[in-house]
Amino acid sequence: MSEESGLTYSVYDTDHMTPAEIYGHVLAQLGEERKDLVALTADLAKSTKIGKFGEKHPERFFNVGIAEQNLFGIAAGLALAGYVPFVSTFAVFASLRAGEQVRTDICYQNLDCKIIATHSGLSFGTAGSTHHCTEDLAVMRSFANMTVVVPADGIETANAVRASLDRPGPLYMRIGRGFEQTVYEKENYDFEIGKAVTMHEGSDITVIACGPCVLQALEAAKELKESQGIEVRVLNMHTIKPIDREAIIEAVNDTRKIITVENHSVIGGLGSAVAEVITEEGKSCRLKRLGIPDVFAIVGQTDDLYNLYKIDAEGITEAVAEMLGKEVEEDDDWEDEL
Amino acid sequence: MALSEKEIGTLNEIAWKIRRSVVQTTQWAGGGHIGGGLSQVEILVALYFHYMKVDPENPQWEDRDRMVLSKGHGGVGLAPVLAEKGFFSSELLKTFNHTGSLFGMHLDRLKVKGLDASTGSLGHGLPIAVGLALGARLKNKDWRTYCIMGDGELAEGSIWEGAMAAAHYKLNNLTGFVDRNMHCIDGCTEDVMSLEPIGEKWTAFGWNVLECDGHDFKALGEKIEKAQQLDDKPTVIICHTVKGKGVDYMEDKPEWHYGGLDTSMAEDALKSIDRMYNKI
Repeated sequence: MSEESGLTYSVYDTDHMTPAEIYGHVLAQLGEERKDLVALTADLAKSTKIGKFGEKHPERFFNVGIAEQNLFGIAAGLALAGYVPFVSTFAVFASLRAGEQVRTDICYQNLDCKIIATHSGLSFGTAGSTHHCTEDLAVMRSFANMTVVVPADGIETANAVRASLDRPGPLYMRIGRGFEQTVYEKENYDFEIGKAVTMHEGSDITVIACGPCVLQALEAAKELKESQGIEVRVLNMHTIKPIDREAIIEAVNDTRKIITVENHSVIGGLGSAVAEVITEEGKSCRLKRLGIPDVFAIVGQTDDLYNLYKIDAEGITEAVAEMLGKEVEEDDDWEDEL
Repeated sequence: MALSEKEIGTLNEIAWKIRRSVVQTTQWAGGGHIGGGLSQVEILVALYFHYMKVDPENPQWEDRDRMVLSKGHGGVGLAPVLAEKGFFSSELLKTFNHTGSLFGMHLDRLKVKGLDASTGSLGHGLPIAVGLALGARLKNKDWRTYCIMGDGELAEGSIWEGAMAAAHYKLNNLTGFVDRNMHCIDGCTEDVMSLEPIGEKWTAFGWNVLECDGHDFKALGEKIEKAQQLDDKPTVIICHTVKGKGVDYMEDKPEWHYGGLDTSMAEDALKSIDRMYNKI
């Protein structure tokens, strides 16, 4: 990635910087190349790391105070004036507090505006439900014109931020609080918005994950292979919309058993998007959606919450074992596809 | 330079045509926000036919002045202005609100030539206008941004978020208007949710505040010109208007916030407008 895209981030950096920090640095760097980039936040310059852009390009950085509706309205105005705004605040405020501004001012006008939302899912676990955000994917993917991306780690965040510039129009990117671990071991992999990445080959079952759950799925797959010889395919579905239908259908045809994992409600996010593709294709398939059930999550350390809601490696391993013990009813074209 | 008597005469002639067109468009549309569509006429006519730099031949001209109709339901009053200015044929207004039309009651920038922002949900326009004004400054462009707000709309918190930001960024290239016709849907603004003292509120938020009769071109012109000369602050012009202005049976009647017109009602409305301009 580093050479081809002109970025200077490596695995070394991601070991020493959080995804949000990398985002901040990448954006600041892109701001050197692209004078039409502007950045905005609502009193979360430090928390979201968008302030890195502000340090380098203070004249193109706007901190509008704690006023998220105004944040996205001003971003829309700047986009109408010919700029490409990057807007960062916590996911819960971007998707819910200012949801209508995002929908009506940005998506309806199809403006070239990039929303990089931090503290998504349960990444701010101890803050409680006021600051958790397990609904944003459901909300954002229902907005026409919107692209929805959930990078797995810092390297992917850097890739996605750069790729977003080649995709004019509104884009929502969801990252965490910044304590997420690195998934990718090298920078040079094929990142394309709308194209899933196969992180681990397998033919027994497929785990489709996004965001920090990709690492959890990968760990579960490695462990299951080592201890029991179970071949788990792991897909990093970093783009929730437009979703990679081809990769999903291929996984169904090859494995017939799918588990989705996300740091989001089981309603409306990755799991729902995958289920829509499978049912529309008319495929027989076992599907289990791991995510936050239809509850407001409890307060807790993020790792503990991942364990509680079974979206960590342990929970995924358990779900894989359970599903492998179940039958899949054959459909008409079963023989053709296996 | 203040408007001359001749210029005022020309603008009044255009306002007469626009008022008639708003009535006809409402009739073609099968109903519309005619009350507020008529109260804002002079503000729009003064802007589009005298003060704003726009080019109907080149609607996306970068250096044009921008206008955000934050009271987006005034679309039935704005579309006739854009048509009269030459952005598109007035014939198209006959399709207003029809299935598949370019024009719905809240206008869409991607469909309506000459429109600078899609609005309709109240309280959104001022923050967008703040972004446009910031953009002009960042680009070293001297285009002005105008934003017309309804008075009832001032109950939206996002208006005051935008107001605070405009003052913070010292956006003297932004002029706001409040179409102070005293009514929102459910009645008088002061009964539903009192807004007064409006001027003091804007002053406290760091704006220059001017007031005038919003149907008097001479007064409006003076205030618009004064706003352009004031430094360091955005300016808001509180325009005292009459909801339904020009149609005697609608004037100052909250029930005419939105309404439909049959043929005889439309005829009466047009006659009333003609009387207002001594055309009968």
